[in-house]
Amino acid sequence: MRWINRKPGALLATVLATLPFLAVLLVYMIGSDMRLAVNPQDKLLPAPTTILATAERLLTEPDRRSGEILFWNDTFASLRRLALGVLIAATTALITGIGIGMLPYLRKSFAPFVSVVSMVPPLAILPVLFILLGLGEVSKVALIVIGITPFLIRDMSQRVIDLPSEQFVKAQTLGASSTAIALHVVLPQVLPRLIAAVRLSLGPAWLFLIAAEAIASDQGLGYRIFLVRRYLAMDVILTYVVWITLLAFLLDLALRLLSRRAFPWDGEAL
Amino acid sequence: MSYVTIKGLSKTYGKRTIIENIDVSVPKGQFVSIVGASGCGKTTFLRLLLAQEQPTRGEIHIDGAPMAREPGRDHGIVFQRYSVLPHQTVLNNLIAPRAFRSSFWGRLSRADRAEERAKARATLARIGLEHVADQYPADLSGGMLQRLAIAQALAGEPKILLLDEPFGALDPGTKIVMHDFLQELRDQSGMTIFMITHDLGEAFKLGDRVWAFDKPVWDATDPEKNAATITYDFDARDDGIPFQTLKERTHVLHAR
Repeated sequence: MRWINRKPGALLATVLATLPFLAVLLVYMIGSDMRLAVNPQDKLLPAPTTILATAERLLTEPDRRSGEILFWNDTFASLRRLALGVLIAATTALITGIGIGMLPYLRKSFAPFVSVVSMVPPLAILPVLFILLGLGEVSKVALIVIGITPFLIRDMSQRVIDLPSEQFVKAQTLGASSTAIALHVVLPQVLPRLIAAVRLSLGPAWLFLIAAEAIASDQGLGYRIFLVRRYLAMDVILTYVVWITLLAFLLDLALRLLSRRAFPWDGEAL
Repeated sequence: MSYVTIKGLSKTYGKRTIIENIDVSVPKGQFVSIVGASGCGKTTFLRLLLAQEQPTRGEIHIDGAPMAREPGRDHGIVFQRYSVLPHQTVLNNLIAPRAFRSSFWGRLSRADRAEERAKARATLARIGLEHVADQYPADLSGGMLQRLAIAQALAGEPKILLLDEPFGALDPGTKIVMHDFLQELRDQSGMTIFMITHDLGEAFKLGDRVWAFDKPVWDATDPEKNAATITYDFDARDDGIPFQTLKERTHVLHAR
């Protein structure tokens, strides 16, 4: 039988899915063991038990100076920036995307502009944001917005253009105004596409968030990682990295479930 | 009495003329089947009739109204695919025409909504789709989808109904059922219908009149050179043999 036709069973599939994770963990443990055997004070690859102990300390023990648990403060601050940035970007993209996709006048004047703007490397204008908007929350949220909005707008307008023209003609023959078509034909059909696009842009959003926090901040997940880098605190960094990965994964999962629940008529979902 | 009048119609894209010299008139309630090879301007003709595009020359008037500049409520349309709204249930697809034309926002008031729902359910029962009222179009078979699409178009109360290969994707058995369905709807509504089809049998079975689109002159070296027009205008009533209805009482026939 050809390999392209062989499929694993349910149990084997689960095992296969866990295998890469276990492999990475194993490689890490071996490397960590080898380094610690040579030098017990080694800080580069702390033992998994050390990381777990650090994680427990980070999650439960309050900071001696402020009396607050910094880990949760960092998480809350970062998630707030991320949520604000993504919400603003998604709303802007939905409205402009539908406009550009539906109205030839808007398309002619803004589509080339958006595609040029989307080529500007957002990190390159981060200093501009810091100078113009200050080092507070606004500049960090603005970086996320500037970073992902052009992509979202382009995706949204393309999705609107991709809608079968038959639907537009049909709605017109049924007496719908442009507004009614936007609200009842286009909007419901691009909403699941918007969620899919937001899921794809969450990666870049995290990147911009951590970059902004690393450079100028006094709390946040990215800030903490870059702060403790100075002390080679790999145990703290790795705890934060795992936590960020978990948060990102859960956000993605939540959006996927939302899409499936809210749009039952929309079959496809990755 | 002419209901749809088409005078000197032609359409040119750049240097290529697709169709030209179309002069026809169609009385109210007539069923016109349109046949012809691919690339002979059937679809262009339909787009002009729909006012999706404007003719280069000539005029189209429906019920004496001035020429339409965009698709509107005079036109009912059923395409081969994508004819219903995929994100709305079957029932809501049937309410959509009333909702769309009710206001600028395309939304019905709560009271109207209940009333329209009841009406739509009655329509669904008549076209045999009552059991799938709350399902989405993706769950329906091809025949059911087209029945819904035709009912939706008629719910818009158009002056003419345009069908663009409506049964092209259906299996032969479903097609025959759909023919009966369409004929029944037509008898009830007295709608003026234009149907593009590749199925000659279907064209003659359903149509009162069959138009064949073709190019009067074919250029062997450049098949796209000449424009197409209506080359034949058959009277398809009485199985394609017109003037068979006896107008006078002949004693001969009754003698036996």
